[in-house]
Amino acid sequence: MSKATAQPLSLKVASGAFLAFWCLLAAFPIVWIAVMSFKSPRDAFDANPLNVILGPVTRATGNGLSVPDIILGLAFLFFAIRWAFTGLPRLVERFTPPGLIVVGWLVGAAVYGIVFVILFFGVLPPVFDIINSILGPLGTPVLGLTTEHYVAVWGENEFYRNFMNSMIVTAGVVTISLTVGTLAGYGLARSGSNLAFWLLILALIFRALPHSVLVAGYLPWFINSAEILRPIFGELSPTLYGQPWAVIAVLVSINQPFTIWMLRSFFQNIPAELDEAARVDGCSHFQAFRRVIMPVMWPGVITTGLFSFLLGYNDFLVTSLLLDAQNQTMVPAIAGYFNRETTTTDQVEAVAAAVSITAPLFLLVMVFQRQIVSGLTAGAVKG
Amino acid sequence: MKFKTFFWFVAPSVFMMLLFIAAPLVSVFLQSFQITQPVLQQVEVETCTPGFLTQTCTTELKTIPIIDEATGKTLTTTEWVGLQSYRNVLQMDKVWAAIGSANFGDIWQIDFWKALRFTLMFTLITLPLVIGVGLAIALAVNNAAKSLRGPVIFISLLPFIITPVIGSLSIYWLFVGDGILTAALERWTGQDIAMFAQAWTIELLMYFYRVWHVAPFAFVIFYAGLQTVNMDTLESAIIDGASRFERLRYVIVPHLMPLIIFIALIHLMDCYRVFEEIVGFRSQAHVISLQWLTYDFLVPDDAGNRAVSRASASAMLTMIGIVILLILPLRRTWRDHKGGAH
Repeated sequence: MSKATAQPLSLKVASGAFLAFWCLLAAFPIVWIAVMSFKSPRDAFDANPLNVILGPVTRATGNGLSVPDIILGLAFLFFAIRWAFTGLPRLVERFTPPGLIVVGWLVGAAVYGIVFVILFFGVLPPVFDIINSILGPLGTPVLGLTTEHYVAVWGENEFYRNFMNSMIVTAGVVTISLTVGTLAGYGLARSGSNLAFWLLILALIFRALPHSVLVAGYLPWFINSAEILRPIFGELSPTLYGQPWAVIAVLVSINQPFTIWMLRSFFQNIPAELDEAARVDGCSHFQAFRRVIMPVMWPGVITTGLFSFLLGYNDFLVTSLLLDAQNQTMVPAIAGYFNRETTTTDQVEAVAAAVSITAPLFLLVMVFQRQIVSGLTAGAVKG
Repeated sequence: MKFKTFFWFVAPSVFMMLLFIAAPLVSVFLQSFQITQPVLQQVEVETCTPGFLTQTCTTELKTIPIIDEATGKTLTTTEWVGLQSYRNVLQMDKVWAAIGSANFGDIWQIDFWKALRFTLMFTLITLPLVIGVGLAIALAVNNAAKSLRGPVIFISLLPFIITPVIGSLSIYWLFVGDGILTAALERWTGQDIAMFAQAWTIELLMYFYRVWHVAPFAFVIFYAGLQTVNMDTLESAIIDGASRFERLRYVIVPHLMPLIIFIALIHLMDCYRVFEEIVGFRSQAHVISLQWLTYDFLVPDDAGNRAVSRASASAMLTMIGIVILLILPLRRTWRDHKGGAH
């Protein structure tokens, strides 16, 4: 950088201060609800921030951590996270058969998550109790901390059911919208016809539609679908209302416009000479797509998949209107807490549920930060 | 690529969009002119209560829905009612009455107009804020040391990626009752503050939430754009004696202009369907949006009925709004296409 573009100190300080302020602003609400979720209700909604952090009421009920506990807990966290980036990849690579690396990673991540939860919530607390009783005065708790709300949410309120439903819906949305979307994205990227242009414009208009407009169109049909479909399917005709796979189909379609725009811009970056060469060697278009394009398209597909995941996972409107209470996903289920929100305990349980919903997203950003950024910019530069 | 191959590549995607986006639109359009009601019949019911000497019997006419013997469901009829549902949603008579008596404030008491005012104000106020804040963060990150950029981008992505309902809830919990931030404000101003008791404070929090949620998106895109600013142009601007601000105004902002338009377009689409904030802040008593209005009609009421025809009417009105908003950008794209950009 030349001398002319060097900045005066005041500007550097101002820009640094602004950045620090923004980071505080960005992280604070999320960090704060995470802190709140571990406190007893009176501490969680205390007006004094120090009380929320230290949790005197929580500590008084016998749920607290002493200084050695905190050190041990942090050390455990540190090694657990470090192992996730060093040991876990090695294990996954050793035990998965070639070609199934994605499945291997999914299984590996799930097992890691389960073991982590068991160790952190099941094994560590009794160990802490033993340590504190041995240490005597050093072992007096200084920081109130309780996991009872998580136990209540996941155990008594059976939040794991909602979690499973969320997983079913998101997994369905991601796989189907990628399968359908890559085909269409490839076709659109390689065709310069007017029809392709108009399809893209139509998709842009569809992207702008408010989802409630569409749901107003589905609801009467979905509720009465058993009678409407009876002439065709006979007694097997299903009621679409309340069916996860119907919601998956709806979310995939809502997501299609965005998916094909994004995948199209990724496919345009893959040189057309590649599939032309395959065509010269005697491949049909589909063969060229399967053998030549598919091996090189994974970065774009992963990025688009992330955004499909976010859409399915974060959706409130469609799932809350088209699914009934038995197979509700996580985000609408949390709204159930407002309706019966009579005690502050319910409120803190809602906070714990909210943190539970956010945790997977947090992991997602940690692992896929680069892909998310590239996806955002790819849409902008090409779109 | 031959048309036939192209067709088979895009067919599944187009089929899904037609079935689940275009067909529902037609259905909503038709529903908005219809009304589906249970068939009612009047039945004479005699109720007797034990009395002294003789029973006291009263007969009265009751209106009850007819139940189909075979399926056990209530029979319904569907009638064409023309613009009745639109009239129910728009409530023009009340609007004209309000204008006639010069009580313009009364218009904002009607659900649809209240929702329209909020939706438009929300869209137009957050738009410049998102672009401004996003650009400011991008410039600041571009200024920061290389080692800091990764962590800053990570933290910045959190508000963007968080579930909207949860994001607005997390801010709601900071302010609800005597939450820490309300308490801090009270100490600072010396007044008793209730953030969720009146419309304008809730709206302020919603504006804040939306900027917090979307600014990272603008930031990432601007940041990528800043990497491609032409250094030669910048240096010649310096030689010509342009101040720092002039360089920003005349070199960097024009370079980012396509990105600014892109963000504005996406933001218009997304803001117009503001919805999750209403749920997260539980503001339905004070502030509602157009999409929330449709949602509310669709949620079953205490008797289990959904006001589908009114929902369809309000959905159609919402659509008209988004079409008006998008006409200008789309016309531009069309002109570019005509001009042979492809």
